[in-house]
Amino acid sequence: MNSLFLIVLWPALSALAILLCKGAKQVRTASLVASAIQLGLTLYIAFEYYTLRRAGDHSPFMMQSNLNWFPQFGISLHMGIDGISLAMLLLTSVVVLCGVLVSWNISYLTKEFYFLLILLSMGAYGFFISLDLFTLFFFLELAVIPKFMLIGIWGSGRKEYAAMKLALMLMGGSALILIGLLGVYFNSHTSGGLPTFDLLKLSVVHIPRNAQHILFPFLFLGFGVFTAIFPFHTWAPDGHSSAPTAASMFLAGISMKLGGYGCIRVACLLMPEAAQYYGPAIIVLACIAILYGAFATMMQKDLKYINAYSSVSHCGFVLLGIAMFTQTALIGAVMQMVSHGLMTALFFAVIGMLYERTHTRMTADMSGLLKIMPFLGTVFIIAGLCSLGLPGLSGFVSEMTIFMGSWQRPDAFHRIATILACASIVVTAVYILRAAGKVLMGPISNEHFRSLKDAAWNEKLASVILILSIVLIGVAPFLLSGLIRPGAFEIMKTIANATVLN
Amino acid sequence: MGTDFFILMKSELSLAIILFVLIFIKVFREDMSNASLFRLVNILLLLNLIVGFLCNSKGELFGGMFRTDPVIGFEKSILNLGILLISLQSLEWSKLQKHFAEFYMLLLSTLLGMFFMMSSGNFLMFYLGLELSTIPLAALSSFDFNKMKSSEAGMKLILSSAFSSAILLFGLSILYGCTGTLEFNALAPLISSVDHLQLLAFILIFSGFAFKLSTVPFHFWTADVYEGSPVAVTAYLSVVSKASVIFILLTVLYTVFRNLGAAWYDLLAILAVISMTFGNLFALRQDNIKRLLAFSSITQAAYLLVGITEGSILGWSSVIYFILIYLCSNFALFGVVSFVSARYNKEMIADYKGFYATNPFLSWVMVLALFSLAGIPPTAGFFGKLFLLTSAATKGNTLLIIFASLNMVASLYYYLRVVKAIFIDKNENPIEKTPLPLSLYLSLGVCIAGVLMLGIFPGVFQYIYKLF
Repeated sequence: MNSLFLIVLWPALSALAILLCKGAKQVRTASLVASAIQLGLTLYIAFEYYTLRRAGDHSPFMMQSNLNWFPQFGISLHMGIDGISLAMLLLTSVVVLCGVLVSWNISYLTKEFYFLLILLSMGAYGFFISLDLFTLFFFLELAVIPKFMLIGIWGSGRKEYAAMKLALMLMGGSALILIGLLGVYFNSHTSGGLPTFDLLKLSVVHIPRNAQHILFPFLFLGFGVFTAIFPFHTWAPDGHSSAPTAASMFLAGISMKLGGYGCIRVACLLMPEAAQYYGPAIIVLACIAILYGAFATMMQKDLKYINAYSSVSHCGFVLLGIAMFTQTALIGAVMQMVSHGLMTALFFAVIGMLYERTHTRMTADMSGLLKIMPFLGTVFIIAGLCSLGLPGLSGFVSEMTIFMGSWQRPDAFHRIATILACASIVVTAVYILRAAGKVLMGPISNEHFRSLKDAAWNEKLASVILILSIVLIGVAPFLLSGLIRPGAFEIMKTIANATVLN
Repeated sequence: MGTDFFILMKSELSLAIILFVLIFIKVFREDMSNASLFRLVNILLLLNLIVGFLCNSKGELFGGMFRTDPVIGFEKSILNLGILLISLQSLEWSKLQKHFAEFYMLLLSTLLGMFFMMSSGNFLMFYLGLELSTIPLAALSSFDFNKMKSSEAGMKLILSSAFSSAILLFGLSILYGCTGTLEFNALAPLISSVDHLQLLAFILIFSGFAFKLSTVPFHFWTADVYEGSPVAVTAYLSVVSKASVIFILLTVLYTVFRNLGAAWYDLLAILAVISMTFGNLFALRQDNIKRLLAFSSITQAAYLLVGITEGSILGWSSVIYFILIYLCSNFALFGVVSFVSARYNKEMIADYKGFYATNPFLSWVMVLALFSLAGIPPTAGFFGKLFLLTSAATKGNTLLIIFASLNMVASLYYYLRVVKAIFIDKNENPIEKTPLPLSLYLSLGVCIAGVLMLGIFPGVFQYIYKLF
């Protein structure tokens, strides 16, 4: 038992506390306080992490604690963090806090709404600190059903369809993961002894090559479904656009990161040889996602669909960075996860705020909003600029890192992939600038819009927190990349060893 | 004999005592109201459950005909718990009944039959127990006298049971012809996979089991019987009756037919895959919640078969653990369905639209139970299912794991349909808000506590594992 356990225990406790609250106001306050404390906890963990690192602790995973859970199956509550998980934890707690803030006006079944939000965040927290595949899978699945409920109950548009599609596709993804995990489990006792789910024990077991070749696609595609890998991305646009604002933020900001994290931590770390073998295939899929996502976004008229498709494109960068297998690209991929998480959360938040006021999300129906709502307009522009990669914001540094890392692979295939991915940024600029121009600039088309109010305190607070984080990463990227580097180094070491074996 | 007799047969004896009490009540106190009968029987069943946990020891009686050990004792306690939960949930339904005492008598005599079956050390004893458990069940299925469907269910159940018993007996007679004995311990070393006649006998016997478990292709009776029977009986059929067959199947496979391991492994794996796929495909299109649960129970039984393939203590304890969880989740669901069905005569999924607005407590119970059936964390069903699959994974059969995992997704669809009806769909006139009787609260509380606690806290699984 150490402070790391609190990271998952606290959401559980606060979810229970929310159930005991009476009235919407209490529920809101409780969730806000709970998620603020959670952010504080994560910051404390980060502080502790830095102190340990500074003191010369160079073990790959810090603050480990290991409790027996079901020893007969080799299952333990093994928790620990490295820089990558810490970055994800920080991202999650920021997005959760902002998600709670922007859902202030939910009046239908408020208690259930916040309960599910906190439950969802608990899944993410647990996932990022688990060092046991069973526990990891437990938390991954824990995060799926709240999404179904959030979209189904509080969503808009074709919400039943979107909720069902999302739940089934994500569960399909986790079924693939399960197959991969059980395969790993079966192969874990080739070295003698009991089979185990423990990630650290597994990482020293060498899984036979032909087994890797069978299992890797299951694991990678399974996690890939969560990151909306092409061709399993179709849940993302429908899900994002039908979800209530906070759920969209969670989906794009946290949930899609579960997949990327799993690809790195589980698939690539445990099966480095197969990862290299399938690398080119992943790059092809990632490039398709990047380009297809970008071009599909250009055709969208609905703001939420614009952001959803651009998320597919941006998450393609994550997969591209992973599959390049250079340390720089991997660091870039993790930075892109954090940056994309913050940026889409901000974007979905501001779209939600606009929608709440104008009751439309169609770009064609809006114009000149910047004059009426200067604050929201500015936030919209900042989110857009981050998305298209303006220097000084987080999007630029992370995409740049991925490209630099990719360029280190000198052969024609990787070069072409890198160039194609770079080219998509132009398309991004087109759709972002077009959307921003249409919605914010120009004459005010609808007279009703004149009476709209600018952001309230909660919306301002959420936007400011997210913008500050984005700018911080953009201005001082070394904070983030320094955090990620040791973890990425470990993973690259495993992959490099596998190359030697090959 | 002496004290041994009383200790080893305590579960059977305590059931028999309750049965006698019921008969005396029927004869001498016919005017006793259903409500007071209900109270009395539930207290007796609670005592019976407690007795089941006391001094479980290992031993044999009647020259090896009857045997028991701590594992069997625990299995019987699970069934005792099941019967108590069913009884607690049947208050609403009992108000419609004229012959409530008979309902209990039949219920308890089938349970007695199951206990004898589970404790059998000889195929003759096994068959005796099986029949004692089946015939009252048919009577129970047709207990709703004023419903045509109920009579139909009883008829279908008795006919298909007779058929399956005939197959089973045929297998047993061949086995006896080959080996000259029906005793479990004596049979085990005599069986070899070289003898094709023995293999045939095994397949026939196994078919008899498969009928009771409603494994595809022996499932045709299931949906109609489940739909027609009173809900309490459906719950009983889907959990308790199946569980008892699984328990004895484990003994038979792991001890008597252990030499045929390779043969039954393939058989189980194939039947499991076929059953879960067909069960899911049929369940996708059901609109009646009882029929839905009938097909879902076929799928769940298939997962049990997956776990059984492991062939050692790990698989055995996972199966017992899963059954305990399945009992909690299914009874939570049936508890609500039974109450709504008895009070409002509504059994369709569409009737549950907008249920959350009027009955939040019952809705949460249903949803948690559904998630547990679908195997979604943090409910216990997740752990139960994963343990079955993990046990099976130690054999390294990738295809079996692939089919089982993908089927979990397919089954999620129909469970989510019910969740969607309860939480998302709007309804002009939903099921009204109703005060619940205390007994229903109690039984649902026990079930939900099981659904939430059995998984996250590892104690129960460790307890089962250490019984061996």
